[in-house]
Order: sequence, then C-alpha cells, then structure tokens
Amino acid sequence: MTTPRIRVPASVKAGEAVEIRTLIDHPMETGLRQQTGQTVPRRMITRFEAHADGEPLFAADFRNGTSANPYVAFIARFTKTTTVTFLWREEDGREHRASQRVTVA
Amino acid sequence: MTQDRSGTGLDRRAVLGAVLTLVALPAAGQAADLKPEVEAAIREQVGGAAATDGGIALRTPETAENGAFVPVTVSVHSAMAGDDRCRAIHLFATNNPTPGIASYSFGAGIARAEVSVRVRLAEGQTILAYAVMADGSVRRTAARVAVTTGGCLT
Repeated sequence: MTTPRIRVPASVKAGEAVEIRTLIDHPMETGLRQQTGQTVPRRMITRFEAHADGEPLFAADFRNGTSANPYVAFIARFTKTTTVTFLWREEDGREHRASQRVTVA
Repeated sequence: MTQDRSGTGLDRRAVLGAVLTLVALPAAGQAADLKPEVEAAIREQVGGAAATDGGIALRTPETAENGAFVPVTVSVHSAMAGDDRCRAIHLFATNNPTPGIASYSFGAGIARAEVSVRVRLAEGQTILAYAVMADGSVRRTAARVAVTTGGCLT
C-alpha cells in the first residue's frame, strides 16, 4: 500500500538541471471524511525528505490539502556522483524509504 | 532659483500618497476576503512579513475535473545561487475544511525554485502560494480553480 516510486536520472551532466519525481501510494486520510456514517480514521504522511549524500536537498510538510498518493517533483543539480535518499514519515512514526545513485558523467 | 523639479506642479507628497494608496489597495482587498483560519495558517507558516506580488508564478488548471488530484506547479524567480535563493514555498487552500496544503523547502542542491505537486480541493476556490526568500522577503500569488467533482476531504 505504501510503495514509493521515484524517477531520478541515473546519469547526468555536472550542473545540469534535472527533474526528480516522487510518488508514494498512500490514502492520506485526513480523519475528516465520513464513510457509511463512520469517520475514516486519520492516517497521513506529514513529512517528506530528500537528501543528497546526507545533505538536505528538499523537504515537504504535507497537510490535509495534499492529495492521496502524494506526488512531488523538484529540480536539482549535481556536481559529483551522488546518492539521493528519500524518506516519507507518517504521523504515527512509520517510515518508508527509497534511494537512487546519480552518476555524474 | 527654486523650481518644482518634477515640472508638473503636483505636490510630491500628494503624488507619493496616491501611488502608495494604489499599491496598498489590492493587497488590503485580498486580505479582507480571507477567512480567519486561512489568515491564521498563513501567519503560522509564513510569518508576519508583508508579502509582495511578482516573482512567483502558480500554474493550475482553470477547471479541475477531479478535486482529489489537482496538479499545481509553483515557480519562483530566483537564481538559487549566492544570496538570491528561495528558502521555502507554502501553499494554502482558501475554501477547504482546513487551509493547509503543504510547505516545501529547498536545500543547496536545488537548481530551480520550482515544485510540482497534486493538491485536493473540496470545491472551486482560490489557491494561495507564498515564497520565503533567503533575505527574509516574502512573495505571494493566487490562482482561482473551478472544480467539477470535489476532492473527498469530508
């Protein structure tokens, strides 16, 4: 249910602007929704982080207005071969991770 | 010899006052339209600094078929080098049950101050985007989105 999907180019030119696309399957239940008279329990990913060789690259704090299966794309540049790590943290502490090595040719 | 350097005969203070009024009016009008909880959310995330228009763009569909997945791209005019950096972007929905959409922050390896996401909108409404720059200045813009089928927030 919570499978991260990332699209990161495996090989880039130094300094080139490259798009990094991320998505994770997740209901992002706000706890406000009613289904057959019952409140659907809240379950949210509230934090997303991307690091480049351990340095903060991009982060997001998701609130109720972020869609289910949250999709985020941003534009990075790399000057050397880098490992990009991705972390999605749910409000209750559950974590989901992915990573990708980007080779600078 | 004393002479009015503007050559128009208009009092400089009057001209300045008129210009300031013109600049201030649209912002004041927009602020007055916001619900208190939206204003509170903006204050909490962005802070109290006065926001200026310009240097930030919000791309949204004019009409979203499905309010549960509305594609939104925010781009901020910034070199993302030296002192000219965008630190964070904040998105708010003016007519959802809760106004917060998300905040995005940029590290040193970011090439462009731009983010593409999907938001959910309970109904047609205005989305607000704020950018906080490295020098502490704040930019804002807004986009109206019509929604055919509301995103199921409640």
